[in-house]
Amino acid sequence: MSKGRVLAFTLMAATVILVVIGTLWPVSTAAAYAGGENVIGSSSTPQAAVRNLGDEIRAQAWQKAYASLGNKAKFTQSEFKGDLTSYYPDLRTTATLNSFDVQPLHATDTDADVRFEMHWSTVVGTINSTRNVHVVRNGSEWQVDWPFKKQTIVPPQVIPVNYLRWDVINRTSGDDWGAQDVEAPHVRIIDMHPVQRAEGLFLLGELINEDVVPAYVSVTATLLSKDQKPIETEGSFDEISHQLLPKQVTPFLIRFPDVSLSDVGSVRMNPFSTLVPASADPVIEVQNEKLNPAPDASLNGELLNQSGEIANVAHVLATFYDKSGQVVWVGDQYVDHALLPQTPVAFDIHIPEDLARKVSSQRTTVATYRFGGDQ
Amino acid sequence: MRLRFAMLISGLLAGTPIAFAQATWNIPKSIQAGAAFSIDCPGTGSGTLYIVGPGQAIKRDIQLGQTIWFPAGSLYSAGHYTVVLTSQSSSQTGALDVAPASKPSELAFIAKPSRLPVALHDAITGTVYVFDSYQNLITQPMPVAFELSNPSAPAQTSTVQTKNGAAWTEMNSTPREGKDTFVARVGDVTSTRVVGQVPGDPCSLKVSAKPSGNEIDLVTDPVRDCSGNAVSDGTIVTFTELYNGTKSSVDVPLKKDVAATTMPAHRGATISVASGVVLGNQIRWEQ
Repeated sequence: MSKGRVLAFTLMAATVILVVIGTLWPVSTAAAYAGGENVIGSSSTPQAAVRNLGDEIRAQAWQKAYASLGNKAKFTQSEFKGDLTSYYPDLRTTATLNSFDVQPLHATDTDADVRFEMHWSTVVGTINSTRNVHVVRNGSEWQVDWPFKKQTIVPPQVIPVNYLRWDVINRTSGDDWGAQDVEAPHVRIIDMHPVQRAEGLFLLGELINEDVVPAYVSVTATLLSKDQKPIETEGSFDEISHQLLPKQVTPFLIRFPDVSLSDVGSVRMNPFSTLVPASADPVIEVQNEKLNPAPDASLNGELLNQSGEIANVAHVLATFYDKSGQVVWVGDQYVDHALLPQTPVAFDIHIPEDLARKVSSQRTTVATYRFGGDQ
Repeated sequence: MRLRFAMLISGLLAGTPIAFAQATWNIPKSIQAGAAFSIDCPGTGSGTLYIVGPGQAIKRDIQLGQTIWFPAGSLYSAGHYTVVLTSQSSSQTGALDVAPASKPSELAFIAKPSRLPVALHDAITGTVYVFDSYQNLITQPMPVAFELSNPSAPAQTSTVQTKNGAAWTEMNSTPREGKDTFVARVGDVTSTRVVGQVPGDPCSLKVSAKPSGNEIDLVTDPVRDCSGNAVSDGTIVTFTELYNGTKSSVDVPLKKDVAATTMPAHRGATISVASGVVLGNQIRWEQ
């Protein structure tokens, strides 16, 4: 028998043996992820109790998570799940808990307060949410009193809406070559300037739809060296409101990681616009915006859907200006809960500490998206 | 296939000495595209006549010593043609120009933009290319009449002579919104385009407020541009309320010429309105 065959046979035998061992005596974490035996340990401390709850939420073991709570008599399992994953389709509905952090705040022999930071993986990236949970001693074990937030439910109803909608019919191949097509919307960059930060170069600005029709917009920028050679081209990706109604203004932010402003001679901006079918609803009010100074500088407020249509995903874009009215930063946040009619939903946009002191005013816009249909 | 044919002709031209030098070789110097024509072919016996040009090639077996007739529509692509007559022992070459037909048959009319704000000077351009019935560009100068008309304003007209087959003009957009008809005419051939003239930016904004429980009902006066046209529905009007260090704002699209919304009622709040770069009045809420 050749050496190669001996090696192949040895590897195959070792694999079979390891599979058998793994099946009969699995590692607890692997079993938990595979949906079998859970990895939950003893809830002998307040932090351990919260960690166990986090593991159960991560494994989507809703029944076990609900059963472990100390105040479960106050709400049903369905309500508990809805508190974490929403009743209406939104970013949380399809999210999974990727990780969590547990931080003790206060503890006595009989109860404790713990900060429970959850990091959810969503289609637009990680979204964090924090709950301060109360943990109580029950014999030798600790149990979490879940800080249940009753979700707003809109009663079943029919809401008549009467809103504008634009549809587009383009030219066909049967038209002669001189025939007109529908004109692309006229858009204009009304402000743009670069900001150098440790992460790289950022281009900030604002774009206006000057036309009377809705526009799908995006902005790309090409950095040119001092001898006019292209360095790099980047787009605004989602740091822009892509759909603009007539006379609507969106901020944009374009990132150039690892590029230094000193290497740049000029910038070639390329705003793009095209006609898209669109509607003028929903109308979202931004309420009670407040700039919070450093440390932890932020802009927070609430979104209120003034229309009858549910907005499943809301993207909040904030433009921050200095005293002279120049854009100093563009921040954004995806709101992980659907915007129901007349139901406020909070938002909080972080402002970099070094820029926070320059911020004098802000303007906030909201882009909304609907699941299962066009906007 | 045409390329091979042209190469064959080139080979014939290069490799064969010119013959029939003394015979009558009568080719028209120029014909109009699509016109009938004839070629007198000298000599005796049989031969082959080739006519090769930029868009066409004709090969015909002939009896030498006859006049060869080509009916109307035989040569229709304008350009410079080479005519070659070959027999078993020799060949003869000549040239023939096919000019575009003088009667225009089709206009390619490019009008831009198809949509623009009212009351702009020289903002509409119209360019015309004149073609004959065989799609040849007519390079002979001819007058093109442009007319931009709107039911609410006198028509703008201009007549421009074509140069190298093209003519262009500029027109103003009219003060009234609507669809303008832009017509280009050469002889009895016309081409029509539609140019949408849309309202411009709001000329002024005025908002009024009235209490409604814990809220304020806000509504603008009908929003018009500086020519008096109602600003297009869907145009965004931004309402902003400043109160006690907080700010509330809402982007509302115009519906039936007005924008309306509700905002929280706070005593001492300042409410303002804007659309694009146009600012409206401010209201200080004291109720």
